Amino acid sequence: MSNIGLNHFLIISSILFSLGIFGVVTRKNAVMVLMGIELILNAANINFVAFSAFGNFPLKGQMMALFVIVLAAAEAAIALAIVLNIYKNFNNVNVDEIDNLRE
Amino acid sequence: MNIDYFFNSLAFINPEICISVGLVVILLLDLFLKDSKKYLPYTSILFLLVTLYYLIDQVMMMEQAFKPIGYLPMVAVDSLGTYFKIIVVVSSIFLVLFTTLSNEFEKGFERFGEYYTLIFGMILGMFFMISAADLILIYLSIELVSLSSYVLAGFIKTSKKSSEASLKYLLYGATSSGVMLFGISLIFGLTGSTNLYEINRFLGMITAPNLIVFFSALLIFAGIGYKISSVPFHFWTPDVYEGAPTPITAYLSVASKAAGFALLIRFLKLGFISDVVSTGIWQTLPVFNWRDLLVVLSILTMTLGNFAALWQDNVKRMLAYSSIAHAGYLLAALSVQTEAGVMAVMIYFAVYLLMNLGAFLVVILINNKINSENIDDYDGLGTSMPYLGVSLGIFLVSLTGLPPTAGFIGKLYVFLALIDSNMIVLALILLLNTVISLYYYIRVLKHMFLNKRKDEPVAVKNTLYEASVVFVLAAPVLIFGIFFTPLVNFARTSIHFLFSAL
Repeated sequence: MSNIGLNHFLIISSILFSLGIFGVVTRKNAVMVLMGIELILNAANINFVAFSAFGNFPLKGQMMALFVIVLAAAEAAIALAIVLNIYKNFNNVNVDEIDNLRE
Repeated sequence: MNIDYFFNSLAFINPEICISVGLVVILLLDLFLKDSKKYLPYTSILFLLVTLYYLIDQVMMMEQAFKPIGYLPMVAVDSLGTYFKIIVVVSSIFLVLFTTLSNEFEKGFERFGEYYTLIFGMILGMFFMISAADLILIYLSIELVSLSSYVLAGFIKTSKKSSEASLKYLLYGATSSGVMLFGISLIFGLTGSTNLYEINRFLGMITAPNLIVFFSALLIFAGIGYKISSVPFHFWTPDVYEGAPTPITAYLSVASKAAGFALLIRFLKLGFISDVVSTGIWQTLPVFNWRDLLVVLSILTMTLGNFAALWQDNVKRMLAYSSIAHAGYLLAALSVQTEAGVMAVMIYFAVYLLMNLGAFLVVILINNKINSENIDDYDGLGTSMPYLGVSLGIFLVSLTGLPPTAGFIGKLYVFLALIDSNMIVLALILLLNTVISLYYYIRVLKHMFLNKRKDEPVAVKNTLYEASVVFVLAAPVLIFGIFFTPLVNFARTSIHFLFSAL
């Protein structure tokens, strides 16, 4: 077995990114869609940290990853509040059934 | 460690500081004063005017803020940024006025403290979006704007439409900013930096078109394209514009779009342009030329916007598609990649602010009276409320781009920029799109002035306050249509922006 290198991390992050997009596109439950978005953000985070560790960029990537983690938390807080409000109004959180606004 | 640079930089971000102070003051007023709700609009306008004063103070300023010794700046304070910040502040002032005029907020009145706090958060985000020269700051500010606007779109919690709008805005927005972040991470991996000046330097070393750069630029465009509602990131626009409270809709269509375009201009120029020759033509880096992509996107955006607007029955939805079409015109102006193109974008935004806010204001006032946004319910309103009817006529004619209104001037400069650089086909497509757009704008006027009303005509008097706000927006639309030299001169002097990192 060869050593674990940058490529391994990049492959993991691309798989995670693709899974995230897949989740956003296919899931019907709003909470699951939000999980997909978290996967996308974490894929980017893996990229940042991996590039920073294997390239010669002193800690810049780690710093960016910290910012992203904080923002992801803020986004999750707001997103769940909005989903809760949707549940109060529609009695479900199925994104396919919440479509009063359309042509 | 030397942190003098930090304190020196604070003087360059006076407007941002003023907005932050305003945010805190409004939050505290809401917390401690029992009947503060009445004073909140005045407080907000006061802070916005002070911010406007500071902005006018730095119209000619060219500085780099937050630049540690030996590093590149985080924030670029330049006249292009100041121009767009003025547009954001002016539309924020109108947003506060619209909020006081609209009666959609009756249920949310108790929560107005949050409302104005969120608006100030959004303005702060837009300011940093406009002047950010670093991908970290770009991502942070986009998120700051987005998070505030998700909540504002769903501000009327009991309304099904409003909460659905905020959910849709949230899902599309969070996804595209996530995709953008992935693009940023790839660019970071390629160049080892998040600073646009440094990225430019590294990309300049690549001499052939590069697939990875193309891919990551495309991913980053997802985030920006969602803010300016360009195809294919426009799906949220009609739903959110229809469901959100109308003042917020008006604000999203002008301010957040202006901030998005300022960000796009800066991102393109700082990241992918090697030099500007004296005739104002941008020399692109060999690694990736944005022109073809922008041309295709602009054609798709304006055509889709205009065709989809043709069969809308809800005025807000129609205006949403029209705002997509306008994003297409602006992308066309930007695809020229010359100083003239950027100037056309700037002039267009000044004009677009007046006419689009005006159109939404009339929609708000009519909705107050007849409680409907449906075009069929506008029948005969031209005779029962002639003042609003004529004003809406002015705004819609201006949105079409016919003389003698300001919209014509905006379109004229876009055309000039396109023809100057021999993009005749794109100019022709733009012209055809304008003809299509005439149909759906005039259709509203036909309903108002030619159709007879079926039920009792609603006789309505406008208060002096309502009439004067409409007048403040309608008069410049006509004045700039004839006497547009000051606007053009202001845009021309503001076009310079910090390009070299030294």
